[in-house]
Amino acid sequence: MTFKSTLLATAALVAMPLMAQADTLRWARAGDALTMDPHAQNEGPTSALAHQIMEPLVMRDMTGAMVPALATEWGPSADNPNIWVFKLREGVTFHDGAEFDSEDVLFSLNRAMTEDSDYKELLASVKEVRATDKYTIEIETNGPNPIMPNNLTNMFMMDKGWAEANNAVKVQDYEGGEDTFAAKNANGTGAYKLVSREPDVKTVLAANENYWGNGEFPLEVTEIVFTPIQNAATRVAAMLSGEVDFIQDVPVQDIGRVDGTDGLEVRTAPQNRVIFFGLNQAAEDIAGDDVDGINPMSDVRVRKAMSMAIDRDAIKKVVMRGQSAPAGMIAPPFVNGWNEAMDSSSKTDVDGAKALMTEAGYADGFAITLNCPNDRYINDEKICQAAVGMLAKIGVKVNLDAKPKAQHFPLLSNLETDFYMLGWGVPTYDSEYIFNFLTHTKGEKYGSWNATRFSDTDLDVKIEALASETDLAKRNQMINEIWTVVQDQQLYIPIHHQVLNWGMASNVDTIVAPDDTAHFKYFKMK
Amino acid sequence: MLTFVIRRVFQSALVLLIVGLVAFSMFRFVGDPIDNMLGQERTDADIARLRTELGLDQPFPVQYMKFLSGAAEGNFGVSYRQGRPVGDILLERAPATLELAAVSGFLAISIGIGLGVFTAIRKDGFLANFIMSASLIGVSLPTFLIGILLIYLFAVVLGWLPSFGRGDVVHFGWWSTGLLTSSGLKALILPSITLGLYQMTLIMRLVRSEMLEVLRQDYIRFARARGLKEKSVNFHHALKNTLVPVITVTGLQLGSIIAFAIITETVFQWPGVGLLFINAIQFVDIPVMAAYLMLISVMFVGINLIVDLLYFAIDPRLRTEQKGAK
Repeated sequence: MTFKSTLLATAALVAMPLMAQADTLRWARAGDALTMDPHAQNEGPTSALAHQIMEPLVMRDMTGAMVPALATEWGPSADNPNIWVFKLREGVTFHDGAEFDSEDVLFSLNRAMTEDSDYKELLASVKEVRATDKYTIEIETNGPNPIMPNNLTNMFMMDKGWAEANNAVKVQDYEGGEDTFAAKNANGTGAYKLVSREPDVKTVLAANENYWGNGEFPLEVTEIVFTPIQNAATRVAAMLSGEVDFIQDVPVQDIGRVDGTDGLEVRTAPQNRVIFFGLNQAAEDIAGDDVDGINPMSDVRVRKAMSMAIDRDAIKKVVMRGQSAPAGMIAPPFVNGWNEAMDSSSKTDVDGAKALMTEAGYADGFAITLNCPNDRYINDEKICQAAVGMLAKIGVKVNLDAKPKAQHFPLLSNLETDFYMLGWGVPTYDSEYIFNFLTHTKGEKYGSWNATRFSDTDLDVKIEALASETDLAKRNQMINEIWTVVQDQQLYIPIHHQVLNWGMASNVDTIVAPDDTAHFKYFKMK
Repeated sequence: MLTFVIRRVFQSALVLLIVGLVAFSMFRFVGDPIDNMLGQERTDADIARLRTELGLDQPFPVQYMKFLSGAAEGNFGVSYRQGRPVGDILLERAPATLELAAVSGFLAISIGIGLGVFTAIRKDGFLANFIMSASLIGVSLPTFLIGILLIYLFAVVLGWLPSFGRGDVVHFGWWSTGLLTSSGLKALILPSITLGLYQMTLIMRLVRSEMLEVLRQDYIRFARARGLKEKSVNFHHALKNTLVPVITVTGLQLGSIIAFAIITETVFQWPGVGLLFINAIQFVDIPVMAAYLMLISVMFVGINLIVDLLYFAIDPRLRTEQKGAK
């Protein structure tokens, strides 16, 4: 044996374990992605899986900061404030080898704006998308849109040629009856390729060896096996028995159990989701109470008293086992417009609340029905149960009506509830999103989640103006003014910000992303 | 005979139609699928558009007729949740449930009959009494609790068996089987015990009481007097005569094993039609719920029809009554 071949053999031996060590991460969470079609469902688990395979122009990293993905630079056009210009990353290929360029972006954005797309509302302000050259995209909006990029963080790019070849130009719909190819297959530019997929059973992804980010990201996970496990006890058991390495949504009662097991760890972080109660504040008499002629909650003093009666620290301690952050405003802390003073403004003061109730003429209280989901938020029904006891202290006799989410949320859209629980996440990380849906008068385009019947024309004008205010200092000032009204009027009764719990084996190293989306390219394997 | 069959088939069809009608009238109470189908950013205009598109604004008899006319052509619609044809999804999921049901049915029958005979023969023995008391667990503990207990013991503490899923499967055309791989077989053990435990104890208790009854009969005494071997008396003469009611009950129980696999499948994340149905309820996936309920009622009606026909063949009295009625 020559020296050279010995060296080679030694090198091969040393290299062997490194090469053979495919770092497989077995991942489980409660729900599966509903589809692989990137524009069909705007829903957490669906876009979380899509994020591994496909990429948007800009994305949120694990800390929630906006970072470049398929666009390298972006900004408003110097000539026209209505135009956003995106410079695309060059030399990127899709998993099937096709080149990524502006044609694909044009195709994908137009696809996302079609009627069957779940993302069209985020692009509602877009007038036209143009490809000015192979690597430049211009998005023209009706009036300036200062936060356009915020709306694009889950807007995935497809290959035009692939979609055309596979009859996937249209977003999957429910009427056609045809099985769209894109619902079960995917061709993206992302760090992982889709190897196999059985919906609700198992999805296998493998590292994309031609990924543009090789060298830029850790990319230590080379294979991902994703299994949805619906039953919380089974999910925890699978983690304890070492059958999975990483689970999202660890039930709060099992955190101690998982964290106390050797070789396992639970990491927590505040989630981009705030939980609160909404109140019907229209003056007309409501059917759900025992007061005749008027709606007691139309009096701001009653709303304030109800908020003061809620002991958020007790809910945190008893119901959430420490896994929540008491809230004073209905914006998660990551959102532009959030401020500490407002978020810590909720104070429990039962005597003060009683005094306010007496002042408003309800010394003896009143009765009301609270509608609450029981399968949507962490311990949702238990929070409502706790609130029932707390409100009883100021004479508000609450009749709790907890239902599955499929029955709860229609009550809000059909205005059939006067007192309800709702949770809100802000994908754009900007207050405008909250105002559009929760504060603006309910109508065709705005306020679709505002079941409070609150309506303030001046405020509506201000909210609509936010969309095109390019002077960011002025815009933030306006946001603050709107928040002041929301707080003063006690439009909602904030409860808390949810906390995310990710369970992981000790060889997995990651921080917890506020939007509950694990980007495995950032994961490290010890 | 032919008129009887035709009449029964007509009755069965009527039962199916009524089941469908009741199911459709219930769907509105399950909830509204629209909010699940549209993202958080939906506007009121989107809600109205989708409702019209899906025909959910129509009264339920109209929706039901639409479903029936589609089903008659073999088209069960598109799942609201997955956006794929319901027929395809059911076909994909059926093997998992059928395999689980078959294995738990087999376990229930073989162990049930074996233990039943044993406890009947040794009716005062310590072991028989112990088995009888232990079998109370099978009838009294809810399925999900048994499942969780088994997972805790065999997956978490001992680490012998997987806690969820079906393991590796082998595909033959549209059929997938876990019976041919070791991980697939391992994955079958806990769910099939969980699912079959109730039926097992039921069959065991049934066989035992029937057997005790038969063992008291004269012909058994004569058989013993003839000096036949104990084994031959017990299994050849006695057991055979206890099996008639056992077969009836088993046939009907097989239907419920398939229909009520829902809980077991949820606990073990078993990718069968039961889990599909649970997901469909949570999402208010009306096409999947409708197709599943119709499928299950077809199965029950079919099993009952076969049982009726078997009675007809076995029991001559039914035939004479038939003639008398004419």
